Amino acid sequence: MFLEMIQTLPQVLIDGLTLGAVYAVVALGYTMVYGILQLINFAHGEIFMTGAFIGTALFIFLMGMSWITAIPQILVLIVVLVVTASLTGLMGMGIERVAYRPLRKAPRLIPLITAIGISFILQDVVRFIAELSSGNYIVTGPSLFTEQITLKLSSVSSNFNDASFKSSFIIVLVIAIILMVSLDYFINKTKYGIAMRAVALDRDTASLMSINVNKMISLTFFIGSALGGATGVLFAVQYGTIDPFIGFILGMKAFIAAVLGGIGNIRGAMFGGILLGVLEMFAAANLSLITAGILGAEYKDVFAFAILILVLIFKPEGLLGRPVAEKV
Amino acid sequence: MTILQINNIETYYGGIQALRGISMDVKKGEIVTLIGSNGAGKSTTLKSISGLEKVKTGSIFYKEQEITNKPAHQTTLIGMAHVPEGRKIFATLTVKENLLMGAFSVSKKSVIEERMEMVFGLFPILKKRIDQKGGTMSGGEQQMLAIGRALMMKPDLLMLDEPSMGLAPIIVEQIFDIIRQLNQEGITILLVEQNAYQALSIAHRGYVIQNGEIVLSGKGTDLIENDEIREAYLA
Ligand SMILES: Nc1ncnc2c1ncn2[C@@H]1O[C@H](COP(=O)(O)OP(=O)(O)OP(=O)(O)O)[C@@H](O)[C@H]1O
Ligand SMILES: [Mg+2]
Repeated sequence: MFLEMIQTLPQVLIDGLTLGAVYAVVALGYTMVYGILQLINFAHGEIFMTGAFIGTALFIFLMGMSWITAIPQILVLIVVLVVTASLTGLMGMGIERVAYRPLRKAPRLIPLITAIGISFILQDVVRFIAELSSGNYIVTGPSLFTEQITLKLSSVSSNFNDASFKSSFIIVLVIAIILMVSLDYFINKTKYGIAMRAVALDRDTASLMSINVNKMISLTFFIGSALGGATGVLFAVQYGTIDPFIGFILGMKAFIAAVLGGIGNIRGAMFGGILLGVLEMFAAANLSLITAGILGAEYKDVFAFAILILVLIFKPEGLLGRPVAEKV
Repeated sequence: MTILQINNIETYYGGIQALRGISMDVKKGEIVTLIGSNGAGKSTTLKSISGLEKVKTGSIFYKEQEITNKPAHQTTLIGMAHVPEGRKIFATLTVKENLLMGAFSVSKKSVIEERMEMVFGLFPILKKRIDQKGGTMSGGEQQMLAIGRALMMKPDLLMLDEPSMGLAPIIVEQIFDIIRQLNQEGITILLVEQNAYQALSIAHRGYVIQNGEIVLSGKGTDLIENDEIREAYLA
């Protein structure tokens, strides 16, 4: 049994890393907003979904142009990413401004309910627009980066099966890593990143440093939502077909990834995302093997969530979170 | 010349009135202290000035400019710094990052570095601890960091809320020496203290606050001699 697991391991890692990278970047949006407002922004999954739709619409539009074939696909992708990220960033900022800011002093439950409400609104608005413009709310974008690459691992060691992936895998992974590394640098090394952490720690004292707290919160929403939207584009590129409900389950998982890593902790969210993605793919590949055929691949979430529950029982603050009591 | 003028301010927390018409003034170059017992309204007074709390009535002028109910991120842009009670160091930020936050509104790197050197000159320990997390420093070090962070703004008026709170006598001594030194270098000081004797002995003037009202004011040396004060705060 063990040997069989090893055999599929390369493929599990490849699929798991791709999915995990997507979870990780979306998880950043949850964790950043939670860190600064202690708000679980449930609408974040829908920002991701909206990003996937905006990106797909842009691709369809651009691919309809005759001159576009002269331009390398990767450049087109970058343009689409930048435009989509800007739009979803502004959208996230706008949502905070109109829906969350007026509730800043309300009990925590109130903005949480509002966030859920915003989720439904976004789902329905996107569904409406998609149906109106294409007649169907399930949309398939142009296929991009579809070359199939096969790693002949079986010739390296007979322990492994060959692993194969679309070239989009590399694109998704590399861009996700670039996004994560840049965000990490921004948060840890730049003046505005430090100020964001200061606001998360103590709003009043931050404002005594001439930091405009509202602007920093807007910036946090902008960045988190831009990352979420960009990841939506990556998702659309990787998986091709999207619908207005992809944000729900993916958002849920990304949120779990954030909790797994320690909510409020940037590196924790990245780590939690990757871990969850790999675990999920591992379960998909091996679950029926482990349980002697009782549970099939479709129970992969049970496996991933069981791990989550175990982590939370033994380390409630998350894998990279700091114990709550440490607060000075 | 009056640098800070407070006219009859009243501040509420919800329905609870914390300040019942406070009037004070601070002249350029002075050390003025505001003393009073727990819950008298000292911190609320400072918060109302810097803009952390809104006043319901009354007005506040800084350098002849009305700043009543301006938010804190604006009042601190015009030369006023407020070191809050309990120091409020950003615990998971390093000493250096804490200091950088003090200079948030400054964009010139050379100016920031210059000020940081000035702060290190005053508090050499901060330089040694530059990469340590603020929250892991001792109480005295945190107070030095809090003052250093405020000095990164290069303030004309420095408002300190109970800088001696919870510190060993020798550290308190050191902090008061620094306050006096800063004043000699031209910074106007508004010092909130429960440690009335020490505060009054370095202050030019003092105000005594009780239940949200100023009940006494005068020269620091006179207030030390005052019998009521001796009984209430210096016993
Ligand atoms: N955030 C708040 N919400 C409600 N009431 C408050 C709040 N902060 C202060 N108060 C009340 O306002 C009054 C004045 O408080 P303040 O903190 O200004 O006193 P203080 O003189 O600084 O006391 P201490 O020496 O203990 O720091 C007190 O009665 C206090 O209970
Ligand atoms: Mg106080």
